[in-house]
Amino acid sequence: MTQTPTRDAGLDSPEPSPGPVRDDLPQLGLRGGLRFLWAQLSSMRTALVLLFALALAAIPGSLVPQRKISPVRVSDFIAAHPTLGPIYDKIGMFHVYTSPWFSAIYLLLFVSLIGCIIPRVGVYARAVRARPPRTPRHLSRLPAYASAEVGTADPDALLARAAGLLRARRYRVRVEGTSVAAERGYLREAGNLVFHISLIFVLLGAGIGALWGFRGTSVVIVGQGFSNNLTQYDDFAAGAEFTDSGLQPFSVTVRDFQVKFETGPVQRGAARLFRADVTVTDRPGATPRDVALEVNKPLKINGTTVHLIGHGYAPVVTVKDAQGDIAFSGPVVFLPQDGNFTSAGVIKAPDARPDRLAFEGIFLPTAVQTGTAAPSSAFPDALNPTLLLTAWSGPPKVETGAPENVYSLNTAGLTQLKTSAGAPFRIALQPGATVDLPDGQGSIQMSGVTRWVKLQVGDAPGIPISLGAIGFAVFGLCLSLFIRPRRVWIRVLPAEGGHSLVEVGGLDRADARGGLTEDVAELAAELSGTAGTEQEDPR
Amino acid sequence: MRFEYYSSLSLVLSVVVYALAMFAHAAEWAAARRDTSLETEPERQLVGARAGGSGRPSPGSTPAPAAGESPEGSGAVRQRVEQFGRVGVALTLVGFLLSVVGVVCRGLAAGRAPWGNMFEFTTSAMVFIVAAYLLMVWKANLRWLGLPLTLLAAVGNGLAVTVFYVAVAPLVPALHSVWFLIHIVAAAVAGAAFNVGGLMSVLYLLRKRAEDRGQVRGYLAWLPTARRIDLLTYRFHAFAFPLWTFTVAAGAVWAEYAWGRYWGWDPKETWALVTWVIYACYLHARSTAGWRGSKAAVVAIIGLASFWFNFVGINLLVSGLHSYAGV
Ligand code: HEM
Repeated sequence: MTQTPTRDAGLDSPEPSPGPVRDDLPQLGLRGGLRFLWAQLSSMRTALVLLFALALAAIPGSLVPQRKISPVRVSDFIAAHPTLGPIYDKIGMFHVYTSPWFSAIYLLLFVSLIGCIIPRVGVYARAVRARPPRTPRHLSRLPAYASAEVGTADPDALLARAAGLLRARRYRVRVEGTSVAAERGYLREAGNLVFHISLIFVLLGAGIGALWGFRGTSVVIVGQGFSNNLTQYDDFAAGAEFTDSGLQPFSVTVRDFQVKFETGPVQRGAARLFRADVTVTDRPGATPRDVALEVNKPLKINGTTVHLIGHGYAPVVTVKDAQGDIAFSGPVVFLPQDGNFTSAGVIKAPDARPDRLAFEGIFLPTAVQTGTAAPSSAFPDALNPTLLLTAWSGPPKVETGAPENVYSLNTAGLTQLKTSAGAPFRIALQPGATVDLPDGQGSIQMSGVTRWVKLQVGDAPGIPISLGAIGFAVFGLCLSLFIRPRRVWIRVLPAEGGHSLVEVGGLDRADARGGLTEDVAELAAELSGTAGTEQEDPR
Repeated sequence: MRFEYYSSLSLVLSVVVYALAMFAHAAEWAAARRDTSLETEPERQLVGARAGGSGRPSPGSTPAPAAGESPEGSGAVRQRVEQFGRVGVALTLVGFLLSVVGVVCRGLAAGRAPWGNMFEFTTSAMVFIVAAYLLMVWKANLRWLGLPLTLLAAVGNGLAVTVFYVAVAPLVPALHSVWFLIHIVAAAVAGAAFNVGGLMSVLYLLRKRAEDRGQVRGYLAWLPTARRIDLLTYRFHAFAFPLWTFTVAAGAVWAEYAWGRYWGWDPKETWALVTWVIYACYLHARSTAGWRGSKAAVVAIIGLASFWFNFVGINLLVSGLHSYAGV
C-alpha cells in the first residue's frame, strides 16, 4: 500500500550558511569600511583562500634548508648560490615558519576563524532552542515523500504514534494540528564549532609552549654527569617568558652507554640499539636512582623531559709538552660527520710549555684506506679506531676569559708543525700508541676510546593543551562529518471510506549520507501497519 | 629466509594478477564503448536532473553494472561488458589474496609488523586500498572504479617490489614505539581512503564533463551520475580526513618520544600538514558556493598528489629525519 515516489533527496543540500552572510553593502565611512573588511575576512571564501595560501607557504620550508634545522646546509646553500642565497635570506626563506609572511597567513587565518566562529555560536545557540519548523503545505514537494492509506481513522492516535516513532528515532518533535514536525542532527553544527574552536586551542597550546618552554642539549661523556643549570648546556633556547628559576635542580650521571649496529648484509651499519644507563638525582640531597635511557623512552624528571638524541666518540688522549709534563689528559669529544661516524674534533693543550699545543683532525671508528682516497670510516662501530691529526704550536695565549669554541681551532698565533721535508706533520694513532712531535716539542698518546651521549633537556608546557585540543578536534570533526541533520514531517488527512491518509516528507540538511528515501518510506510503512514490507532500494 | 622468499614471490605474482585484472577492466571499458544502447539515456537523465534538481538516477536509468541485475539494453554487448567486469573483479580478488599472503609472510619473516620501510608500507597500504575497494564492490556496486584502481594496485605493488624493495631487517630504534604502529596503520587506512577518493574525483571530472556536454558515451555511461560520484567521493574523504588528522597528531606524539620534539618542520611533517590543509580546503570548497563540484574535485586530486609526493618524493629526494625508506 505504501508508494514511494523515486524523487530522492540527500543530494540537494541546501546551501550551508557559511557563517554570517552579510549582504549589506559597504557603507561609507570608516565604520562601514571596517565592517566590510571584517565581513570579507570572515567569509568562507576568504577562509578557503587563506587555507590554500597556508599550504603553499609551508612548501618552500621543506625544500630549502632551514636555519633552525640544519644551519650548515643553509651556509652551503648560500655559498653555492651567490645571487639567490642573499635574496632568499632577505625574504626569510631560511626561516620560513617564523617569517613575517608565513606568520601573517596563519594569523589572518585564525582571525578569520574567530570571526567565523563567534557569530556561528550565537546562531547555533538560537537554533538549538528553536522548535522544529512548521509543516510545509505540500509535503509531496519535498525531496523525499511517501504516503500510505490507513484503515483506522483516529487521526489523533495516529499522530501520537507518529510522534512516538520519531522520538524513538531521536528526533525533536513538535505536534501541531494535523501534523508532526521533527528534526534531528543538531550535533552536527556543534561538532563543527567544537572542531574550529579546538583549532584555536591547538595554536594557543603551541604559543604557550613557545613562550614558557625551553630546550637545550648537552654532550655528556660516559662516566661524567650533567646537572641542570644554564652553564652546563651546549646550546639552549627558551621562550620569552622563561626564567632560569624554572630549571629543575636535578642531575644525571651517565654510567654506561651501549650501542649496537647491524652487522648483517641488509642495512649494514643501521642502528639497532642505543641505551644509556644513567643515575638520576631528582634534587640535591635526594636518593639517586638508576634508570635506562633509550630512544623512544625519555626520562621525566619533575615535569622536565630528558631525551637521548645522539651519541659519538671521545678518544682518550694524553699530551705531553716539550718539558715532558702532562699538558692535557682525558677524553675529547669528536662530532660525527656521517653515518659511519667519521668524526671531527680538536684537542687543545693550552698549558703546554714553552709553547702551547693544539691538534686538529678526524677520528675513524672503523678506519679503512682504499687507494689514494682520504681515509674514512666504513662502519659506525669502533672496530678499528684510528685518530688522524695535524699539530699546531705557538706561544702561550694571554688569558682573556673569553669563551672558546671547543670544537674548532682558531689558528691565529699558531704555526703548523711540519716534517723536515716541509710537509704538514701527520699523526695517526691507534689505542695504546704514542707519537713524538718533531723537534722535541712533546708527544701525544691515545690510550683508548670512550663514547659520549647527547642529552636533550626540555619542557613544553602548552603541549597538553594542544594535544587535548586535537582530541576534541577529531571528535568534533566526526560529529560534523557523520551526523546527518534531517527534517521529517508527517501529516494525517481524512480519506475516503473512513480511512486516513498518512503523508511523510523528509529533507536532509547536509549530504553526508543517503538513506532519506528509505527512512521516509519506512516511517510511512510503519504507520500504515505494513512495516516489514521490503522497500526496494531505489539506487 | 623461506618466508621472505614466499613474500616476494606472492607480491610479484600479485603485480602480474593486478595487471591482468586491469586488462580485463580495460576490455570492459572498450566493450562498453561499443554499447550504443546507453547513449541516449544519459541525456534524458541529465534533463531530468536539471529539471527536477534530483541528482540520483531513478532505478534502472543508470545501468548499474551490478551482478545479478539483468541488463536491459542490447544483449550480446552487455553480456561481454559484464563478463569482462566480473573477470576483472575476480582477478583483483586473487591479486588481493596474493598480496595479503605477501604482506603476512613479510611480517613473519621480519618477526614484527611489516611497516618498517617504504616497501613494507606501500605493500600494506595497497592491501588496505584493495580491501576497501573490494568491500565497496560487494556492498555498493563500486565495480566502475575497477580500471583506475587495478592500475593503482599494479603500479603500487610494482614500484614496491622493484624500486622500493629492501630485504628483511630489524627496525631502527626510533621506530620501536607503539605510537609508530598506530601512526602507520592510521596513515595507511587514511591513505587508502584518500586514494579511492582521488580516483573517484578523476572519474567525476570525466563524467561531469561528458554530462555538461550532453555526450555521455561508452564507459562513462556505465558510471553513476556525476552527483552520485561526488557524494561517494565526499564520503571517502569524510572518513579519511579525521583519521588523517589523528595520523598527524599521532606522528607528533611519536616524534616527541623518538626525537624529543613534537613538531620540527621536518619535510615529512610539513608535507603531512600541507596534505591535511589541502583536504581541509576540499571540505571547505565542497560547502562554498562556486567551488563545489569540479573545483572541489580538483582540490581533492591536488590533495592526493600531495599525499603521494610526501610518500615518494620526500622519502627519496629530500633528506630529513624520516629517511627510513631503506632504499
Ligand atoms: C584554521 C583553519 C580552518 C580549518 C583547518 C578548517 C577546517 C574545516 C574542515 C575540515 C571542515 C569540514 C568539517 C565539517 O564539515 O564540519 C570545515 C567546515 C567548515 N568550516 Fe572550516 N576550517 C578553518 C577555518 C574556517 C574559517 C575561517 C571559517 C569561516 C569562514 C570556516 C567555516 C567553516 C564552515 C561554515 C564549515 C561547515 C561547512 C559545512 O557545513 O559543510 N572554517 N572546516
